[in-house]
Amino acid sequence: MAVMTYIQAITMALREEMERDHKVFVLGEDVGHKGGVFRATEGLYEQFGEERVLDTPLAESAIAGVGIGAAMYGLRPVAEMQFADFIMPAVNQIVSEASRIRYRSNNDWNCPITIRAPYGGSGHGGLYHSQNVEALFANQPGLKIVIPSTPYDAKGLLKAAIRDNDPVLYFEHKKSYRLLKGEVPEDDYVLPIGKADVKREGNDITVITYGIGVPYALQAAEQLEKEGYDAHILDLRTVYPLDQEAIIEAAKKTGKVLLVTDDNKEGSIIGEVAAIIGEHCLFDLDAPIKRLASPDVPAIPYAPLMEKYYMLNADKVEEAMRELAEF
Amino acid sequence: MGDTRHALLGLSDEDVIEMYRTMLTARKVDERLWILNRAGKIPFVVSCQGQEGAQVGAAFAMDREKDYLAPYYRDVGMVLAFGMTTKEILLSAFAKQEDPNSAGRQMPGHFGQKKNRILTGSSPVTTQVPHAVGVALAGKMEKKNIVTLTALGEGSTNQGDFHEALNFAGVHKLPVITLVENNQYAISVPAHKQVACERISDRAIGYGMKGLTIDGNDPLAVYEAVKEAHDRAMNGEGPTLIEAMVHRMTAHSSDDNHLLYRDKQEIEDMKKTDPVVVMTDYLYEVGLLTEETEESIKQEIDEAINEATDYADAAPYAAPEAALDYVYEQ
Amino acid sequence: MAREEITMPKLGESVVEGTINTWLIAEGDHVNKYDPIAEVTTDKVNAEIPSSFTGTITDIVVNEGETVEIDTLICYIETEESDQTEETVEPAEQTTNEASHKETDVSSMKKRYSPAVLRLAQEHQINLEQLVGTGKFGRITRKDVEQAIQHGVPEVSTEPSTTPAPSSKIENRSAQTQQRTSTGDIEIPVTGVRKVVAEHMVQAKQEIPHAWMMVEVDVTDLVNYRDSLKKQFKEREGYNLTYFAFFAKAVAQALKEFPEMNSVWAGDKIIQRKDVHLSFAVAKEQDLFVPVIQHADEKTVKGIAREIHLLSEKARNGKLTTADIEGGTFTVNNTGSFGSVQSMGIINHPQAAILQVESIVKKPVIINDMFAARHMVNLCLSLDHRILDGLICGRFMARVKEILENVNEETANVF
Repeated sequence: MAVMTYIQAITMALREEMERDHKVFVLGEDVGHKGGVFRATEGLYEQFGEERVLDTPLAESAIAGVGIGAAMYGLRPVAEMQFADFIMPAVNQIVSEASRIRYRSNNDWNCPITIRAPYGGSGHGGLYHSQNVEALFANQPGLKIVIPSTPYDAKGLLKAAIRDNDPVLYFEHKKSYRLLKGEVPEDDYVLPIGKADVKREGNDITVITYGIGVPYALQAAEQLEKEGYDAHILDLRTVYPLDQEAIIEAAKKTGKVLLVTDDNKEGSIIGEVAAIIGEHCLFDLDAPIKRLASPDVPAIPYAPLMEKYYMLNADKVEEAMRELAEF
Repeated sequence: MGDTRHALLGLSDEDVIEMYRTMLTARKVDERLWILNRAGKIPFVVSCQGQEGAQVGAAFAMDREKDYLAPYYRDVGMVLAFGMTTKEILLSAFAKQEDPNSAGRQMPGHFGQKKNRILTGSSPVTTQVPHAVGVALAGKMEKKNIVTLTALGEGSTNQGDFHEALNFAGVHKLPVITLVENNQYAISVPAHKQVACERISDRAIGYGMKGLTIDGNDPLAVYEAVKEAHDRAMNGEGPTLIEAMVHRMTAHSSDDNHLLYRDKQEIEDMKKTDPVVVMTDYLYEVGLLTEETEESIKQEIDEAINEATDYADAAPYAAPEAALDYVYEQ
Repeated sequence: MAREEITMPKLGESVVEGTINTWLIAEGDHVNKYDPIAEVTTDKVNAEIPSSFTGTITDIVVNEGETVEIDTLICYIETEESDQTEETVEPAEQTTNEASHKETDVSSMKKRYSPAVLRLAQEHQINLEQLVGTGKFGRITRKDVEQAIQHGVPEVSTEPSTTPAPSSKIENRSAQTQQRTSTGDIEIPVTGVRKVVAEHMVQAKQEIPHAWMMVEVDVTDLVNYRDSLKKQFKEREGYNLTYFAFFAKAVAQALKEFPEMNSVWAGDKIIQRKDVHLSFAVAKEQDLFVPVIQHADEKTVKGIAREIHLLSEKARNGKLTTADIEGGTFTVNNTGSFGSVQSMGIINHPQAAILQVESIVKKPVIINDMFAARHMVNLCLSLDHRILDGLICGRFMARVKEILENVNEETANVF
């Protein structure tokens, strides 16, 4: 098994799916000859040609909308938004169209599109190259939102997204791209969408998170173990619709729950997770549900001091975990 | 009879009679929907009246066995031509379970029927245009030799999706025909407050495609323009933007009172160019229609509409819990 | 043949009413299905509305120029079709399987204590094992613990309450200032009837512009008459012939003559009630009930006395039913029973007025320039000034006074 980065796992998934099924194709800005601004589509243009690795005009609504049309026809488009921050012009196509096509046609039509977008702060991205946008789409039944936290998951979940018969938003944390390395099997495997994954077993506190929060929590858990606290870590993997069963089970396991996101706190994914725990786990809780999130300001400021102050990191997660463990 | 206008366009006598029948059905279905609305039987109508010539003329120029349609909410004539039935339109108006468009989930006018390759549509305008381009792209990639026809109003040509989609189609030379049914009003706002260019088709040059403006009240003129566009698309020459000048003979919808923004004379004048009248006159002129045949066609249509109304009225609604179905694949 | 109703259609989203501009048909006219029958104007559109049937118009119910709510009957049509397909369109069979509901685990709830229950129990040294939970599956609720704190650990009893539900509920708009409690203070949670009474009073007092008046009535003859019957009545009927019954009878009689007083405020209109149903107040410890003497004007003094007796008994035993407290059109309140001589009642919303019967007091009164010892009573009226004015109320009170002052052996018959 090869050790590779998160972004290499994504490229591998795309290549394998395009080799497996001629209906799979990639479209977006700079995805062709350049191989993507982050190099996620590196080598695909050479292998599959310009028609299946399509450089589009700079127009996000068309990237989504044309992809949706092709998906209704029966192809499997993988549309790339260059940055999640630039998905806004495509919101009408994603929300009014993709998410509702099956429902509004009473199952006559469906829309198997995957929309990939790099998101989150990874350093000097400023307000518009660093946002989390998952919560914006997380109350749109019909959509699925997947956020992998490891190279292994990145491959298995992207392949599942492409094969899914409904629209899937696949968000890739930019900081994970080259920071995270892990073993990724060469063979074909898919991971279930809609299922959370226990990343670490423990008995003292439960941490529920996703994306970049997962490696931070795992790192913090190592430190806490030395102090005698054993953390249980659940990776949501699909942030919409949520895996309620896994959330309830994880919360009940220790009764002390920390929810972590790098998104702004109010209205974020973890607020919904807290609500699920509140509804189902009253008699199992041993502490108030605790949330760690970014401050409620629009996005990450550019200057380094403000940026560092804003951004989630392993130290902040460790501190919050320790505080809860000591409660 | 070999040199009649329709024969020169390659249309048989049966074809033009069928066009007439489709236009008349669209008109009469629409009239019935207004009556049902005013009787309190159905909550909403949005009309095709005055635009049937453009809709039917364009649809008949397509390959109705394999081409795709991304219509807008007025395109009753177009979807009828592509195979939707009178009964199905009535079922949709009554929001009944058997409605093939949405099984009663959507308001009337939101067409969609996969077996007839009519893409499902929504209420935010112009979102269907990128979809039509996407289907054209997919058809090209799959080497299926299909063409997509999409329609919209002139007001909708101001949306970003119009620009983004037509530009995309132009860049990639995709087989898609965009038909703007210019009825000169976006609800109440007249065309001169919608666009600064003289013609909507002037916009085509910016997308690197052929653009033309035609008389949408003349079904044969529309047929001719769309047929040419179809030929170009099949030859790999890319997309076409066609602006058909029409009139909206009714208020915007059953919720609108158009006398608030246009006078009676203007509405009266539209009757002179009514496409149904234009088509009827043509058929009399070439001897394909007599009072007797006209009457028998009308009667057939009326009977079908009466039957469809009674059927749809009595048909069951979807069960309340059906509201929970098909959010995702199940 | 069938008689069908044609109703005002809903012409446009958000539209709630329509005006019949012109009838295009007359009674007796024959119409075909879909023929236009009337021109209607709404806030959004002007339209001709068609008939949904073929037949003969028999009655036009709404006149030209009238505005009616949607779905209001506008005319009748006699149809020729005998077999009407009624609009009882059944929904189609649901074919998909529903998610099966998981049953909460039943047995385990008795000892599942919420953090709030545990905290209260701890703070007040309540042994939770001794409590009976009223929650689902026997769960001990926070309220159960609060009750135990207030009244001690109760005997096992879970009789269903017959307390009527509040007829209207409004938000407690009063600023809920956090009051601190000091040692020795007792906290009484506001629940049940007390809560309903509180909400009702706040609504009445905040909504109704109250005005007030009082008259003094000489009831010496009434007192003498009643005292002469009192003993014999009790023996014969088994309950007391109270003064209050005479007052209630007099008020009921006057209400029949002044229907303005017997009305309710209904926002855009005032509704004068035909029937006289008298509400009266019964207190029980912390609770206040207001049962109703139905058709009080049709009852004798004895009949009223009997009703008062029965309803009061029911109230004190918690046996009042919803029927017993519904439909009151005017309230009489026996404040005199507490020794009060003057009070300002809060109107029993949505009625128009409340009359307080104060204590009968024997006091010197000047009659023909001479002092006389007379039985005097004050009647205090609170009135809704939206509905009533001083003039009409003055006349009403004068009439009540007149009736009461003329109750004596010759004029009255309690049976």
